[in-house]
Amino acid sequence: MSGTFRAPSGGRLDRSRPLHFRFDDRELTGFAGDTLASALLANGVHLLGRSFKYHRPRGVLGAGSEEPNALVTVRRDSARVTPNLRATQVELYDGLEAYSQNRWPSLGLDFGAVSGLLSPFIPAGFYYKTFMWPRQAWRRLYEPKIRAAAGLGRAPEQPDPDTYDNRFAHCDVLVVGAGPAGLAAAAAAAGSGARVILCDEQPEPGGSLLSDPSHSDAVIEGEPLDRWLASTVRMLASHPRVTLLTRTTAFGYFPHNLLGLNQRLSDHLGRPDRSQPRERQWQVRAKEVVLATGAIERPLVFPGNDRPGILLAAAARTYLNRYGALAGARAVLVTACDAAYQAALDLHRAGVSIEAIVDVRAGSADGALPEAARSAGLPIETQSTITGTSGRLRVRAVRVQKLDSSGVPAGPVRRIRCDLVLMSGGLTPSVHLFSQSRGKLAWDESLGAFLPAQAAERVRSAGACRGVFSLSAAVRDGTHAGLSAAQSAGLPVAASMPQLPPPESSAAGTLGVLPQPPGASAGKAFVDWQNDVTSRDLALAAREGFRSIEHVKRYTTTGMATDQGKTSNINALAIVARELDKAMPQVGLTTFRPPYTPVSFGSFAGFARGELFDPVRTTPMHDWAARNGAVFEDVGLWKRARYFPRPGEDMHAAVARECLAVRNHCGIFDGSTLGKIEVMGKDAATFMNRMYVNAWTSLAVGRCRYGILLRDDGFIYDDGVVARTADDRFHVTTTTGGAAGVLALMEDYRQTEWPDLNVWLTSTTEQWAVIAVQGPSARRVLEPLVDGIDISAAAMPHMSVSRGRICGVPMLLMRVSFTGELGFEVNVPADFGLAVWQAIHDAGRQHGITPYGTETMHVLRAEKGYIIIGQDTDGTVTPDDAGLSWTIGKSKPDFVGKRSLQRPAFASPYRKQLVGLLTRDAQHVLEEGAQVVPTRQRAAPEAAIGHVTSSYYSPSLGRSIALALVSAGRSRMGETLYVALPDGDIPVQVASPVFYDPQGSRLNG
Amino acid sequence: MQRFSGFSLLRRGLSGHRDWQPQWRKAQPKAAYDAVIVGGGGHGLGAAYYLAKEHGLTNVAVLEKGWIGGGNTGRNTTIIRSNYLRDESAALYDHALKMWEGLSQDLNYNVMFSQRGVMMLAHTVHDVQVFKRHVHANRANGVDNEWLTPEEAQAVCPLLQTDDIRYPVRGAAFQRRGGTARHDAVAWGYARGADALGVDIIENCEVTDIRRDGRGAVQALETTRGLIQARKVGVCAAGNTSVILRMAGVRLPLESYPLQALVSEPVKPIFPCVVMSNTIHAYISQSDKGELVIGAGTDAYTSYTQRGGLHVSSHALEAICELFPMFRRMRMLRNWGGIVDVSPDRSPIIARTPVPGLYVNCGWGTGGFKATPGSAHLFAWTIAHDKPHPINAPFTIERFREGRLIDEAAAAAVAH
Amino acid sequence: MLLIECPYCGVRPELEFVYGGQAHVARPGSPAECSDEQWVEFLYLRENSKGIHAERWRHTHGCGRFFNALRDTTNDHFLATYRVGETPPPAALERAAGPRP
Repeated sequence: MSGTFRAPSGGRLDRSRPLHFRFDDRELTGFAGDTLASALLANGVHLLGRSFKYHRPRGVLGAGSEEPNALVTVRRDSARVTPNLRATQVELYDGLEAYSQNRWPSLGLDFGAVSGLLSPFIPAGFYYKTFMWPRQAWRRLYEPKIRAAAGLGRAPEQPDPDTYDNRFAHCDVLVVGAGPAGLAAAAAAAGSGARVILCDEQPEPGGSLLSDPSHSDAVIEGEPLDRWLASTVRMLASHPRVTLLTRTTAFGYFPHNLLGLNQRLSDHLGRPDRSQPRERQWQVRAKEVVLATGAIERPLVFPGNDRPGILLAAAARTYLNRYGALAGARAVLVTACDAAYQAALDLHRAGVSIEAIVDVRAGSADGALPEAARSAGLPIETQSTITGTSGRLRVRAVRVQKLDSSGVPAGPVRRIRCDLVLMSGGLTPSVHLFSQSRGKLAWDESLGAFLPAQAAERVRSAGACRGVFSLSAAVRDGTHAGLSAAQSAGLPVAASMPQLPPPESSAAGTLGVLPQPPGASAGKAFVDWQNDVTSRDLALAAREGFRSIEHVKRYTTTGMATDQGKTSNINALAIVARELDKAMPQVGLTTFRPPYTPVSFGSFAGFARGELFDPVRTTPMHDWAARNGAVFEDVGLWKRARYFPRPGEDMHAAVARECLAVRNHCGIFDGSTLGKIEVMGKDAATFMNRMYVNAWTSLAVGRCRYGILLRDDGFIYDDGVVARTADDRFHVTTTTGGAAGVLALMEDYRQTEWPDLNVWLTSTTEQWAVIAVQGPSARRVLEPLVDGIDISAAAMPHMSVSRGRICGVPMLLMRVSFTGELGFEVNVPADFGLAVWQAIHDAGRQHGITPYGTETMHVLRAEKGYIIIGQDTDGTVTPDDAGLSWTIGKSKPDFVGKRSLQRPAFASPYRKQLVGLLTRDAQHVLEEGAQVVPTRQRAAPEAAIGHVTSSYYSPSLGRSIALALVSAGRSRMGETLYVALPDGDIPVQVASPVFYDPQGSRLNG
Repeated sequence: MQRFSGFSLLRRGLSGHRDWQPQWRKAQPKAAYDAVIVGGGGHGLGAAYYLAKEHGLTNVAVLEKGWIGGGNTGRNTTIIRSNYLRDESAALYDHALKMWEGLSQDLNYNVMFSQRGVMMLAHTVHDVQVFKRHVHANRANGVDNEWLTPEEAQAVCPLLQTDDIRYPVRGAAFQRRGGTARHDAVAWGYARGADALGVDIIENCEVTDIRRDGRGAVQALETTRGLIQARKVGVCAAGNTSVILRMAGVRLPLESYPLQALVSEPVKPIFPCVVMSNTIHAYISQSDKGELVIGAGTDAYTSYTQRGGLHVSSHALEAICELFPMFRRMRMLRNWGGIVDVSPDRSPIIARTPVPGLYVNCGWGTGGFKATPGSAHLFAWTIAHDKPHPINAPFTIERFREGRLIDEAAAAAVAH
Repeated sequence: MLLIECPYCGVRPELEFVYGGQAHVARPGSPAECSDEQWVEFLYLRENSKGIHAERWRHTHGCGRFFNALRDTTNDHFLATYRVGETPPPAALERAAGPRP
């Protein structure tokens, strides 16, 4: 039956290129240039889907992005499955496979349609009123059933193999919509020297012009339509200042004239190049925006208005003129405006029998188009309404009734057989983007439409989207908008500004439900097709006290389907206004939200996946660690070596080996991720005094000190060793995760609180590679490599710093230790890091040097009771809580956070303090985060008095150790407490947090 | 009040649903009330409901500047959980969670509380430490929360990608009693319940000033619908709380930020629980209607515009596509913003103010919806007794001066 | 994503900046002499203005400098940006007081 409903000629198809495709289980054929919807119609297929709630049979309603019914799943392979696509927007390609949705077992025979029988009992919001008894049944029975019934297509279940692109662009003028107004605007702006981006959601520019017949005798600027379109598009496409984007939807209008554009690059191709992205998201920052987004025809609301074969009049005209597809053989047009007569005329000319034109308006229908219809012999029934339709999977007839002088149906009902109903309630300007930009809309009573009024951004509207419908006026309007946008963007405009046409009230149609006989209940009159919202649902919502349109929308779900109410919102509003006896603007319009049409998640995510999800920071020694089997952990953006397992070792075995190597011989550790900030200037010491809790004036050049940084709220923010390398210079180290925050905090105080200080801050984190050499043999390992410094214990004691060379490379050498052993941190320029690391490692071989990772570092420091910010502190810990009062410079009048420490809660004797915990069973390693309780587990839970912050097995001590924050912990030394675990309490003894070498003699070795 | 049930639906269905009455009256403001709640979201409507139901205060009005439930109640991602770290928070949120479990029956309004379980992903060693601490602390407080290995997490949520991603999943904390609810129904259910007990719900009524008497106590509210006398005023105005409180000379440690959320097109059931990742900023669940409901982060700057930047919602989708790469082909249907009022310690304030008769319930940040019944219940108690209930006693304004913060955010701070 | 005019570098997208909270909140010169009330005011109390808001931004991924801005928090339009230590430009404040564009 291929092509049964294909007009013999006409349309913008390439009839030399037939395309085979599949819909459900049927093999069909269309032409290049078809959409899935037009190809199906040309094959006489009208049943395309089932509705959301009642599973009513549905066909296409529209021909574009406004389509609510014809949703399909397109499947390319097992992973490339896309649900909920509009058949009206799916471009046909050879081999396309599409499936209908929300039906079982098949589209023709759908058991879900039984819900239609229940429809009297499941009105809007029914689910709020039931499914509450018995209580447990909600979770076990009702909710799973509701969920299974809801939803449209099925989500893909395999990772999407396609890629998505992002692009940022700037322009003088962004024109949205390449219909007559948009083309004129783009041409005018480009002609004035503006850099222009013109985008349109369709595969080719032209907008409404594409739906005009090629033989149309209308003219633009003296040229036939198709000639004007072709020449304008040619000019724009080759213009050096114009970027013309088709298949590109401006989906969102964001603050400061940033628009999001979604460009579809490959979905229309039969065999896309897999190396190319599927979609591209543009973020366009425009000086000026011209919206030429057109208008969408309003359906009419009457009983049975949802059967397959009932279409918007303009859509049927598009199918005929653009796609050469006949939507039926015997048509009835129901209209409330003159413009829709054009559809009847065009279809009549193509051989469709026009059974009747039902004009619901009072009056005699004497405009130019009705007159043309009359003279073509088409039967016109004025002042009539439609009171019902029949047909199961396709409309078969309509019932028509005359209206009396008061507009009420009266007299005999005429049944007219047909297989196609065209309807038009008039046009609704597409003000979505204007409203998204926070522009104010105003209700135009004569037009029956909301129009753009006060702009909130640098934006103007042109053509049908501001109520200028007629072709010549829209083109003039577009030219005006393009010129004035260029002018506002600062370009000299030479062309003369055409006069601004006013909106046209002659185009007005009707709103809300068509007149029906009183008391009639002839069937459901749909307002929102996809969500199955009827006029009765809206009336029910009003009856139940939902007065705000936002409430009505949420209670009935009108306008919340995947078409976001493009065809339904205004009718719904009119029905609610009438129920509440209010004027339209008083009921208000629901907020337009992005996106204009649905946009793939993937296009927002773009390149940000896997390795590119977040930048990966690696140290100069990263590859060496990787080659040597390191297991890495993520710390912020960094990859840090966590441990270096040897064959057969798990983490615990590797860590135990690494720990003992450091304690007994020597270990080498990559500390390059630590933040490093150079604090320089005459007032560097003053600045440091004000920032950190410590006293810095007394720190001699060449010495280091462990620094603590608070926020002004008194809690520990960061820590690290600070070296004074000159009178006016400090080398500050920070935690890995805290580096950026510390610099930002310092800059904040430097720039805004103490701008008078002569001090400069420079992040040098990436400038230095840091190699920690720790252990009793550390000096012996380094000595042969170091030039120009005496690193003997006497010359370079613990906590000293010196400059020199190592392996011939400049070095900042700090004698510091985070392990409790004799240790050095070798700082060399990052580019030499790997070479120096290798040299030290080679030199250390004879001393048993062992690379170790962060996990061993954590064990070693815990043995010494050194804290890790973020693990042993959590943003609520003060220096005293952490046992670090000794770091505070007592004589300083002020430092960041000092004043907060005097607040009442900080003096409480019950504050949680850092202590050590020793398990009674020395082999039992506590779980970090476990709660500490004062007595054995009770029947009723008792408040915990603290928690374990760090816990490890200490290979050096041969037992488990833990650090904990415990209420009044330091007064509990020696007490037995309990760590509460699901399988019983673990007794622990409170101890000093320094487990290993409490005198610190090893540090000074 | 007309009872809702399957039977009433059936009975009224036979007569074409013509005799359903308004779920709440369209009340005209009276000259005076015993108590007025400012803000007709879930917290405010619920407070009025409990004032009437549990404290016998029925001469009560709820003033809403727009339409009820139109603020954060109707804009959030409806995640409900109580596995908070601090004892004070766990007590507060679990009080709410217990009330959620019986709320549909209590209100005779199906709020569709769906205990699908809430999973919080750990991506780093630090995350593991933090979430295990949560699990232990919650158990001590009688709040359910369990630790899942990556394999166990995948068993609960089979679509979850745990490996071969930038930040592999190292485990998850899972609260089975957590889940989601139907946000609008919460506002409407409380409104209907309160209305039936005599509470006046007054929409399109914006408070423009607060009048006080000689000793500084609250006397009356000036509104766009006239002067309303009240000796007790409770403010539940979320992002607009600072603006209202300033009318009475009270400054609060709050800042209002845009918070965005978005939904996909509806699909058949595919996502069985709620998944949250604080580390890479993603929150996702599937609604009863079939939409994937996704939460984004806050924008960096304070704003009352109820919208945020494209880059913020994009970032949320980057995270979703990283964890669930099959969702790249899903499509965003709707994206919107709310205004969240954030306190310095990310915990709420439910308390008396320095102004006699003026009470405030605010500072819920990004997490207010989950607390709705508990917050409303405790706020009503506080207003009725002019002193806090033991559960909300720690959530004072004074805690900031005293340094007794209830810091939920700090526990997640990353360093080392 | 907002467009922000750094007074030192010119107009740049928001991603280059870090928000710095309310402007003109001076840290007390002698915190030790502050009452708890005064100190908490500095630490935590902010205007949270609905309307014109004086705030700080730092051009972190640019010149690194802090500066001040006047922004209308009801529509996110910037009225002015100015340097640290400067007072808000009176012209911008007047514009703010007048009818909105």
